[in-house]
Amino acid sequence: MTAPILEVRELSKQFRSGGVLHPSKLHAVDEVSFALTPGRITALAGESGSGKSTVARLILRLLESTDGEIVFDGRDVTRKRRRRDVLRYRSQVQMIFQDPFGSLNPAKTVRHHLARPLRIHGIAGRRDVRSRVEALLEVVGLVPPKKFADAYPHELSGGQRQRVAIARALAVNPKVVIADEPISMLDVSIRAGILNLMRDLKELGIAFLYVTHDLASARYVADDILVMYAGQIVEQGPVDDVLASPLHPYTRLLIASIPDGDRNLEPIEIRKGTAAAAVDPAPGCRFVDRCPLAIDVCRHETPQLVEAEPGRIARCHVTAPRQREDLHAHPAA
Amino acid sequence: MTLALDVLPHVPEARATPVVALENLVVDYVSRTRTTRAVDGVSLSIGAGEIVGLAGESGCGKSTLGNAIMQVLRPPAQISSGRVLFDGKDVVGRSRGDLRRYRWRNVSMVFQSAMNALNPVMRVGDQFVDMMRAHERVSKKEALVRAGELLELVGIDRRRLRSYPHQLSGGMRQRVVIGMALALRPELVIMDEPTTALDVVVQREILQQVRELQAELGFAVLFITHDLSLLLEIANRIAIMYAGEIVEEAPAASLRVDPRHPYTVGLLGSFPPLHGPIERLTGIPGSPPDLSAPPSGCRFHPRCPHCTGEDVALHARQVGERPLLRVVSGDHRVACHRETA
Repeated sequence: MTAPILEVRELSKQFRSGGVLHPSKLHAVDEVSFALTPGRITALAGESGSGKSTVARLILRLLESTDGEIVFDGRDVTRKRRRRDVLRYRSQVQMIFQDPFGSLNPAKTVRHHLARPLRIHGIAGRRDVRSRVEALLEVVGLVPPKKFADAYPHELSGGQRQRVAIARALAVNPKVVIADEPISMLDVSIRAGILNLMRDLKELGIAFLYVTHDLASARYVADDILVMYAGQIVEQGPVDDVLASPLHPYTRLLIASIPDGDRNLEPIEIRKGTAAAAVDPAPGCRFVDRCPLAIDVCRHETPQLVEAEPGRIARCHVTAPRQREDLHAHPAA
Repeated sequence: MTLALDVLPHVPEARATPVVALENLVVDYVSRTRTTRAVDGVSLSIGAGEIVGLAGESGCGKSTLGNAIMQVLRPPAQISSGRVLFDGKDVVGRSRGDLRRYRWRNVSMVFQSAMNALNPVMRVGDQFVDMMRAHERVSKKEALVRAGELLELVGIDRRRLRSYPHQLSGGMRQRVVIGMALALRPELVIMDEPTTALDVVVQREILQQVRELQAELGFAVLFITHDLSLLLEIANRIAIMYAGEIVEEAPAASLRVDPRHPYTVGLLGSFPPLHGPIERLTGIPGSPPDLSAPPSGCRFHPRCPHCTGEDVALHARQVGERPLLRVVSGDHRVACHRETA
């Protein structure tokens, strides 16, 4: 297996909230660790407020982390402040945003959007820009490229705009691409095209982080999945295995909730409890109030991530108890 | 739930006349320079106690259709022709007083964004009271009692009557709006993307609740969404809309196993499966048309995989003639030239 290109180690981000009289801390991201590998797509899934977009923003250095490290290509980039360093890092780690309507300048042509990063990052000389732009448009399936290069965003459909946004991210030959819900604002019939494009682009050796709430699309494009709940990773592993036999009760609930066109839907149990579990969290599992499997220990001891099966990690006292990890770590004992 | 029965008695037993029937409905958005036909000759009926799903992509006219039934279209939108029958009587062109009695009491609506449907500076309870007193002669006290019962019906503690909308989660707000839609015992509730902005777990909770309430109280539902897999679970019958027209209409079960229109097939092929083998998704090439200049003939022909020109006679009809919605089997109707070739 190829070495990871980007590693996130115990990354945390806390936001202050609650005002002056009752100050509190929202643990938006809590000790999140994972690695992205060239040529693989890693899905980061969870409900809104689970912290998945915050992770994306931390990696891009759009937000400063409270704690932890981001290691890119063997170098710690967490606290790099010099403009030159940040610029170099940002050219290697690119983002595709959710809203293809808001992320393009309506007054500029497609060519402008693609040529700008080429110039800023000194990737193509004045003479090569034109051919580079057209090559990029071809990569993302906007053909004939000449026609699309001179179009304005309003002349394009949502799917075409999202392809322009992807081409722009690719312009600087990034090693890592973070796609934050890239299809959720697109029409159903054109989502498949964008998902297929991501699958094809992975072959270029790019490491993808696909941030989504849609597990079915994660299964379609991704190799691995991280499931977040209330700021913590609660389960991670190969996407097929996780979706076929989820370990964490939250992952199970998520999967049971997805409409899959089957009329005989099994009712899910409705329980109270929200992502507010991440505000000044007390010791104990953050999912405990919604969990059908909760036992006594879940209320006062925070579960740790445990490798329950090879390659399958979960944070649950019941389905991934710690003892197993101990056995795993000390087989002789 | 027994308490609910006092507040919301069963609607009258199933009748022969549908609750709402649309006959050749045409809705235009008129501006000085151009007219955009958002709904073009739609006929659809919704029977008592039935859940009818209406699926389509953004801009296909599905929300306009819902607004037309609710009679809340505002200029530049106008009903240019056709009828909206409630209980057999046309409601198009009725007086304001008539429409005030019709809206919320006969047909009510749940909008996509509960945050926009609720007044942010009014307590939830006051909004219930306001709405009820606008349509019925009830005392404030009585209205508040009923509001509390409605809240509990949709699974919210009645003490939340004193909350402001921002103090509720997104799912709770959407439940409040559903409670308000049920307040005056309507026979039809139009739900326009009621769960689109919500997380998938909350969406499932709300759908479950809608199904329970519907089974208990017997109102009909027109469920508008872009998510076909969701409709396959909740609806009895599904209509697929494309570019202002209904292109296929069938019981949910037959639509799932035997979709006939290439657009329906394409939509079903756009959702990656959660189980089973993964095949490359096909999606649908191209994008939905601009309704101010719709394609000639069959509106789907520029995106249709079957419009190849191989069969010259068929091709001529595909590009030159509008297909009509025809029965293909039982209560399965399709508007496609290939079905009549």
